[in-house]
Amino acid sequence: MISRIFPYPLLIASLVVMWMLLAGFTPGQLLVGIGVALVAAQGLAALQPAKPRLRRWDLLPKLVIIVLYDIVRSNIAVARIILEGSKRERKSGFLTIPLDLRDPTALAILAVILTSTPGTAWLDYNSARGTLLLHVFDLVDEAEWFDLIKNRYEHMLLEIFE
Amino acid sequence: MSHAADLPVWAAIVVAVFLLIGAGLALIGSFGFYRLRSFYDRIHAPTLGTSWGTAAIVMASMFCFTVLQSRPVIHEILIGIFVTITTPVTLMLLGRAALYRDRSEGSPEVPAMDPADGVLEEGVQVEE
Repeated sequence: MISRIFPYPLLIASLVVMWMLLAGFTPGQLLVGIGVALVAAQGLAALQPAKPRLRRWDLLPKLVIIVLYDIVRSNIAVARIILEGSKRERKSGFLTIPLDLRDPTALAILAVILTSTPGTAWLDYNSARGTLLLHVFDLVDEAEWFDLIKNRYEHMLLEIFE
Repeated sequence: MSHAADLPVWAAIVVAVFLLIGAGLALIGSFGFYRLRSFYDRIHAPTLGTSWGTAAIVMASMFCFTVLQSRPVIHEILIGIFVTITTPVTLMLLGRAALYRDRSEGSPEVPAMDPADGVLEEGVQVEE
């Protein structure tokens, strides 16, 4: 019964917070926000998307911090390469990585991470084989990128979702 | 309403530093976009602007209005969240379109299509 009224608790909570951030923190807006969030959650439930199961909530903040740190690092690296121009030998190229991750939500999060990190671009995912085609801006050491994605991100996402 | 002149000097410096970092990253990204030669290299440059370029400007805005209005103003964070989660959609669309074109032209620079990939698999998905 509870899950019929509140089908997606996380979505409802995020929508209410977003509503109040935009409209102001007043009791009236809280009520309107809850109403909007409940209707939106019913709309999403009607679409019957695959429900993500989070197994390890506690690891999420760690993932966020790691990703923010990596984004800062790769921002500096890519900015330096662009400014240095052709003075330095740079090789960019494609990298195919077999993934063990199958959960659609986890894959979506991995896509967001890889895309927001300058220097890596998610190009293609083969769902039949579970291989990911990446384009890497500064492909000096293939093993290093392989290790970064398999051990740093995929490992954590596997722990969180599967 | 509060005016920009009410901003204390120390806060103005912090805001200016964040703005310069953000604008600088966006500028470097655009410059790379102009300078790099291959399509796949070019999709990397604008991510500077969509990651910490946006983040730094958003932080400057949050800091500025939090100090001016003496209450936390954090709704700008929504801009950062939505830019971050929508960028992959455009990037994948462009990237896959380029990949598809290069593969069908038989370009040697892109990896060949996997045997299990492509027409056959997409046909199966349509039938579902």
